[in-house]
Amino acid sequence: MKFAVVVFPGSNCDHDAYHAVKHVLGHDANFLWHKDTSLKGADAVILPGGFSYGDYLRTGAVARFSPVMKAVAELAADGGAVLGVCNGFQILQEAGLLEGAMLRNQSLKFRCEHVRVSVEQTDTPFTNLCRTGQVLKMPIAHGEGNFYAPPEVLERLERNRQVVFRYVDADGEPRAAANPNGSLHNIAGICNEARNVVALMPHPERACESALGSADGRLLFDSVVAAIRLAGRPAFGEPSGSLMANAGFLNPDS
Amino acid sequence: MNDTLLEQHGLTRDEYGRIVEILGREPTLTELGMFSVMWSEHCSYKSSRLHLKKLPTAGPRVLQGPGENAGAVEIGDGLAAVFKIESHNHPSFIEPYQGAATGVGGIIRDIFTMGARPIALMDSLRFGTLGSPLTRRIVHGVVAGIAGYGNSIGIPVVGGEAVFDACYAANPVVNVFCLGIARTDHLVKGRADGVGNPVYYVGAKTGRDGIHGATMASAEFDEQSSSKRPNVQVGDPFMEKLLLEACLEVLRSGALIGLQDMGAAGLTCATSEMSARARTGMDVEVTAVPQRETGMTPYEIMLSESQERMLFVVKTGREADVEQTFEKWDLHAVKIGVVTDDGMVRVRERGTAVVEIPAAALADEAPLYDRPYRKPQDFDAERALGPEHLRPAPAAPDVFLALLASPTIASKRWIFRQYDHMVRTNTLVLPGMGTAVVRVKGTKRALAMSLDGNGRYGQLDPRRGAILAVAEAARNVACAGGVPIGATNNLNFGNPERPEIMWQLVEAIEGMAEACRALDIPITGGNVSLYNETEGRPIYPTPVLGVVGLIEDGSKVVGRAFPEPDLSVVLVGARSLVAEIGGSEYLHIVHGQVRGVPPAVDLEAERALHRLLPRAIQDGIVRSAHDVAEGGLAVALAECCFENEDIGVKIDLGTLATEPSPDEGWTPMPADHSVLFGEAAGRVLVTVRREDEAAFLARAEAEDVCVRVIGRTGGNRVSIDLNGRAAIDEPVREAETVWATALERALASRAA
Amino acid sequence: MSDTAATVTTITAKVFVTLKPSVFDPQGNTIGEALLSMGYGAVEDVRQGKYFELTVRAGSSDEARRLAEEIADRLLANPVIESYRVEVASDKDAA
Repeated sequence: MKFAVVVFPGSNCDHDAYHAVKHVLGHDANFLWHKDTSLKGADAVILPGGFSYGDYLRTGAVARFSPVMKAVAELAADGGAVLGVCNGFQILQEAGLLEGAMLRNQSLKFRCEHVRVSVEQTDTPFTNLCRTGQVLKMPIAHGEGNFYAPPEVLERLERNRQVVFRYVDADGEPRAAANPNGSLHNIAGICNEARNVVALMPHPERACESALGSADGRLLFDSVVAAIRLAGRPAFGEPSGSLMANAGFLNPDS
Repeated sequence: MNDTLLEQHGLTRDEYGRIVEILGREPTLTELGMFSVMWSEHCSYKSSRLHLKKLPTAGPRVLQGPGENAGAVEIGDGLAAVFKIESHNHPSFIEPYQGAATGVGGIIRDIFTMGARPIALMDSLRFGTLGSPLTRRIVHGVVAGIAGYGNSIGIPVVGGEAVFDACYAANPVVNVFCLGIARTDHLVKGRADGVGNPVYYVGAKTGRDGIHGATMASAEFDEQSSSKRPNVQVGDPFMEKLLLEACLEVLRSGALIGLQDMGAAGLTCATSEMSARARTGMDVEVTAVPQRETGMTPYEIMLSESQERMLFVVKTGREADVEQTFEKWDLHAVKIGVVTDDGMVRVRERGTAVVEIPAAALADEAPLYDRPYRKPQDFDAERALGPEHLRPAPAAPDVFLALLASPTIASKRWIFRQYDHMVRTNTLVLPGMGTAVVRVKGTKRALAMSLDGNGRYGQLDPRRGAILAVAEAARNVACAGGVPIGATNNLNFGNPERPEIMWQLVEAIEGMAEACRALDIPITGGNVSLYNETEGRPIYPTPVLGVVGLIEDGSKVVGRAFPEPDLSVVLVGARSLVAEIGGSEYLHIVHGQVRGVPPAVDLEAERALHRLLPRAIQDGIVRSAHDVAEGGLAVALAECCFENEDIGVKIDLGTLATEPSPDEGWTPMPADHSVLFGEAAGRVLVTVRREDEAAFLARAEAEDVCVRVIGRTGGNRVSIDLNGRAAIDEPVREAETVWATALERALASRAA
Repeated sequence: MSDTAATVTTITAKVFVTLKPSVFDPQGNTIGEALLSMGYGAVEDVRQGKYFELTVRAGSSDEARRLAEEIADRLLANPVIESYRVEVASDKDAA
């Protein structure tokens, strides 16, 4: 199992993602420079948080034209596992690999704090070890995480079960008070139609050690490891639970 | 040279005479400009240098003391902690966002130019009171500016403080601290060693921004200050991120000799200081400097303070390696000169020398002033506290809630949640949960750090105010389990040309020296910010101390909050339960007074406390620890109950009628107020498990530290009994709501 | 290129990018509220956006416009949330 972490010049969560998968979880990992044209044999790619190219125009706007993004798009088209975190989410949207766009937070302020998200879909490579409705505690740290999509797109995302994570309160309910940025439908993360490209605004890589306040983020990385180990390159989008059934021994909740 | 020209350059006739003497001729205009910035208060410390020498700067762990870009102390495993604090007070008043943002950029550059990777920031902020729309605008701008820069570059702001007092209304204090980690054998200095080595420029292009920023920071504000806006530089955190990564990569390659940021006084400062430290010279071609604007003169290029620029010296023969590394990061390193052996900074314009000044004259030979100082005659009378200064006091529960709602005491969540305080995944104690702690990846160790200073104490007694600042910062570090190993200081004062301000400065430095000596904490660098006054009204003397502590085992760190019910609550370090109220938040909020004598400090006892706590914490005996500061014992107890699943506390302070009051023998207010809200120094609230109580008390006795068990955690109320009655008995949740929302409510305004 | 070399000029294309009317604009909204509190009751709505000046080499204003529109489409605006408008001085003005 080999992770690749893409490094744009303004990435600043690249080392955190690398640390989490390599040193905390013990997997093979390497960095990909934004000028690289190949993924060097990675099984899963992480687009980390940060300010890719300074993001003076729009978050992620310039990053999508980088050479490495061509390789990421090819992997995505081929069914490979791609995870976007924070700025990585914005880049995937700009690149057209995920739908919607991020507006500035409704408060107009950057916000950094632990939030709760519920796992809405478990048939993605990054959530197959979770229970549907499982609440995960992870930090957010963004100024533009206010998910927007036109009504017809939003409706389609919901209908296709592409909303993977939602901001929820302590009761697990997606109430307005639990929404940190004004996102439509409390959306914290989505996937593409093929379900192999997943992105979220919260930072799972910052939630892999209890010393940092939460280890819930491990589930996302453990999921993709399980998915790839069990199915080789898995055909995602199979009926919910098919991978979970096989991966049950890895599921901390089972 | 006429007087107007000298005045524009902030130079006196005498200073001009000295320049002519050094050069043996009249200076050119460019040379005059270079002298003016290097001899400004901001760069030369000409008013404070004489006194700064009194500070202890050596210690067994000190690898780099004052005089370099930042100080460095050894932390084991072949690593060093590199840290420093710096002020950006004046720019933050003129343009709050950019002023604060570029302050962050500057201090980060100071750290990575030492070869260290910056891993943490903290801020110490002072603003006016929040009733004023101008102050609210400054608060919004400064916080957004710090967030904007720190969040983009990916260095967490892990802690800090914010204080609100009318004296800072037209003169905010914005001090930013940065800490980095370096391998001890990779520490770099800002030295131009090796005659013949090439001198390179890298980073943003030079524009006309910030010309004479250093002299601006060395003059008082007046009504015309807003017209000085062009002097404020604009930061580019993305460029700095590229510089940071590229510089660290070049440093690892071993091709670099020395490196310096072009901050205040820009290219002038970098060329002269790097040469002076190495006792070499530098010969640079000014037209080779990348320029953003057309038609710039040598004067403008040498004095520009455009941000995100570095000057460095490369080993001859390694030029191509260095250029390639910078190209990788899309940066273009340009050779602009060469190291020489004659001690001169020589600037050429298309080959013709336009500047020839001995480097040492610029960097080291600024005039040194022993400015006159004296204690104001009416000082004691103006500060005396008597019964006539007190209003009829409200009941203790009302005072308690009023203090929790004071912006200085209230939760700073509105501020720190705008900062990315978790990036780099090292933050073991989050902001608001106790003393800031970051782990050192690759080791078991962690570093605790705290910024502290109380201007009100400084105003009432500048010497004691400085001692209290040192003691509190060190105590906070000890509360997380850290042993203080070094400190950096930021001295924020008014106009030193006024003897009473100079007296404050001298007193504060001497107090700081006394405390640092007694507590064995070397000062490894810092910053002096003078002329913090507007239209003749100075800020309170505000020395801010940043103390760094070493934690041997990061997994044993404790925070502020009570971790579980049924723990024994121990008040550590209190000789008496009756506490001084001089200079307290209580006196200010309830009685509207800034008077009295600040709390006394017993440095011996303080030192014993700093020995006791880290050991007990590392041995797992102490479950939480929290310094008793503004608002006194009642507020400290409440803070331990907050943000923690509603774990309350039940305290019984017993009967105190017979205990003497330290406040000169009179008790003009309800006796319980001084017990509950007084701010006696050197006190810490600790929790221990029932079974560890005896062991902890025995350790305290062995260190000769006063301790008393005052209650237990549990329930969901903050309940304090005194003299057999409930002095305070409030539900945790209600008290917490007051405390948690006060700052946001005070700031919420359309006019912001 | 060769046949137009003599007539190529430098033309300024102005690109205005704003959030689509259907997208909530929190910045514009906040500015609007501030104006209201300052007493500017006549201001009914504020939409904020971005402004770009592209200095381009082109043989005609139409060519400059096409180029600017392409650039706005590909980079300057995000079609999911933003719309744009391009202004180019006429050939006569440019000359």
